[in-house]
Amino acid sequence: MYTNPEILKSLKKVEETRAQRFANKDNIRRMTGEEKEEILKAYHPDYREDAFTTLKIGVNKGQKVPVELAAYLEAHSRIKDKVLDLSNPDYDVDVLVIGGGGAGASAAIEAHEAGANVMVVTKLRIGDANSMMAEGGIQAADKPNDSPAIHYIDVMGGGHFANRPELVYKLVTEAPDAIAWLSNLGVEFDKDEQGNMITTHGGGTSRKRMHAAKDYSGAEIMRTLRDEVFNRGIPVVDFTAAIELIKDDEGKVAGAVLMNMETEDLLIARAKTVVIATGGAGRMHYQNFPTSNHYGATADGLVLGYRAGAKLLYPDTLQYHPTGAAFPEQILGALVTEKVRSLGAQLVNCDGEAYIHPLETRDVNASGIIRECSTRDKGVDTGNGKAVWLDTPLIEMIGGEGTIMKRIPAMYRMFAKYDIDIRKVPILVYPTLHYQNGGLEITPDGQTGVKNLFVAGEAVGGIHGRNRLMGNSLLDIIVFGRNAGKESAKAAKNTTVGKLTLSHVDAFEKEIESAGITTELVSPKLLPDYTRHRSIEIK
Amino acid sequence: MENTVRIFLFGKKYEVPDNLTIMCAMEYAGYKLVRGCGCRNGFCGACATIYRIKGDKELHACLACQTKVEDNMYIATLPFFPLVKQVYDIEKVPLNEQVMMQLYPEIYACIGCNACTKACTQGLNVMQYIAYAQRGDFEKCAEESFDCVMCGVCSSRCPAGISHPQVAMLARRINGKYLAPACEHLKDRVQEIKDGTFEDLMQKLMGKPVAELKELYNNREIEK
Repeated sequence: MYTNPEILKSLKKVEETRAQRFANKDNIRRMTGEEKEEILKAYHPDYREDAFTTLKIGVNKGQKVPVELAAYLEAHSRIKDKVLDLSNPDYDVDVLVIGGGGAGASAAIEAHEAGANVMVVTKLRIGDANSMMAEGGIQAADKPNDSPAIHYIDVMGGGHFANRPELVYKLVTEAPDAIAWLSNLGVEFDKDEQGNMITTHGGGTSRKRMHAAKDYSGAEIMRTLRDEVFNRGIPVVDFTAAIELIKDDEGKVAGAVLMNMETEDLLIARAKTVVIATGGAGRMHYQNFPTSNHYGATADGLVLGYRAGAKLLYPDTLQYHPTGAAFPEQILGALVTEKVRSLGAQLVNCDGEAYIHPLETRDVNASGIIRECSTRDKGVDTGNGKAVWLDTPLIEMIGGEGTIMKRIPAMYRMFAKYDIDIRKVPILVYPTLHYQNGGLEITPDGQTGVKNLFVAGEAVGGIHGRNRLMGNSLLDIIVFGRNAGKESAKAAKNTTVGKLTLSHVDAFEKEIESAGITTELVSPKLLPDYTRHRSIEIK
Repeated sequence: MENTVRIFLFGKKYEVPDNLTIMCAMEYAGYKLVRGCGCRNGFCGACATIYRIKGDKELHACLACQTKVEDNMYIATLPFFPLVKQVYDIEKVPLNEQVMMQLYPEIYACIGCNACTKACTQGLNVMQYIAYAQRGDFEKCAEESFDCVMCGVCSSRCPAGISHPQVAMLARRINGKYLAPACEHLKDRVQEIKDGTFEDLMQKLMGKPVAELKELYNNREIEK
């Protein structure tokens, strides 16, 4: 419930202008290409120079990354100074999948299908992943007025043409098959009575190709994949993090050092091939942004891969989802799905103006909100900073009464807990750290430059260029997860593992030393620390 | 100065700001969470929690990440509950109540106490969806259970030992795969791609310089 007088004053203006904005809803101007470039340069967090630094060591030496990421990429190994016995592995498998989200689960299923002995390790539980939280939907060009070619142009434009064309090709041409695969596993997509997919726009799409399962799209996909992993009897070792990759004496990746998250016992997994599917980095809180990500999103895979010599691509580009919850404080940073805008909610400033088209791409809309809340001084003071309105009651004016409960029940529920009925009153939003656009570089077979090291999902860089469109991440975890599963299983068949070694970890430690880096940090981070520690020590 | 409330974590008293969720209150109190914390946004079901307000006889269930602390709240987390998940081959399941009789026969031992529904952290009518499952009405069971986050609190309260979330999971998969109408345009598109219908166009696009792609992008027609 809104009680703050300043919020209420602005809310009144939003209500007064609603009828007028509704009448004008189809005439909100879209920005030109130049205008978009300008607003990004001036307001997008990726362009804040002081938030980035250059790497001093490793294969991307000299390149720009967020300062918080650099600290962990150039931190000490968790096994520094430890002598581990690699000769008696606790696990010995064909394919080791690190990460239990949508990409990891898809990879595991396909590797199993291909006959490989596959195992999943995950530092929390299978399904504790950003995949589970994806609300809005999954793109695929499967309607008669659409095609993979149209999808391709949308993806490239959205990514500012920095995307790797061969990866985008795979993404868009395998998208319909990904939907069919999920359907066949029993995922419940929204359909009409004839079986046609109910699809909507997302920011930056030129066709309505957003498939959804209400606003639990990711949860519905993830829980189905998880169920299938269990049905196949694929071993899932949970609460166990990979903390270092292991190589063999030929330099091929050949397993991982694992750590039980509860007992901190170390374990050795030998594998013919490894798939990194560790997801994103929202819990790194770049530039102190709140995040929509799950508890374990700490860029672990980037750290593991980097130490083993795999290259990063576009690690300097992050996605700030324009509509993170800005009020009440308890849900600060929580995702308000883009589908809210797909269904007609407008972004409105403190004076009740729809100052931008609600379906500009995410980076543009995030920049737009930052502009309203800074130089234009048109933000609403929430008590925890500035925000703009997302005018949800428009959804029911456009789609009819009941649309919100039918299409976005999770959003209704999230705010109803705080006595905010989104059918009747708008909500306050501000950008939240949402997605890691960059990641480890792969070829279309899902492999990094390091032999037998595969990557899938949010840990990959290059598919989305410098900005990802809504609905293309759920898509990429399926397409590239399946792909990595198949390819890693195939590679495992032709692999003989040599003698296991951690010499690359020692070499990296030497690099840290010779670059003069002094740090007490160890990485990967594994979990953020939100604990308030009380102390009577004198520091 | 912010207002504080007294809460009891596993019986031990802590004083915490009153605007925190139970999860944040635990962190405020000094807990570093490993179990019982997942998405922190109400989707994953990792942080099932039961609580009682002192002096009140009713036991409540909630997700710790979605629930604000209250004064005199006695809190116990339920980060794991031994649900029974039966293994099956989705390609071979019978599409009637037989499948439930085979895999989850305990649902027929439901005594109608409704404790599951009262305990649901998502406010679902759990007993009703179990009733639909008993009858083999998978479509209704799927619809009624759709918002389930599989936290398992319902099962922890069930005298018949039913693993409600797993029953619903099976019903949803059957509904999604077999009962929902098939999608013809999807089938057609998958076939067209297999036939190479778009291959020439795709190759041409991939070969285009950025300037040309930009032109195409900036002038593309956008469906209303």
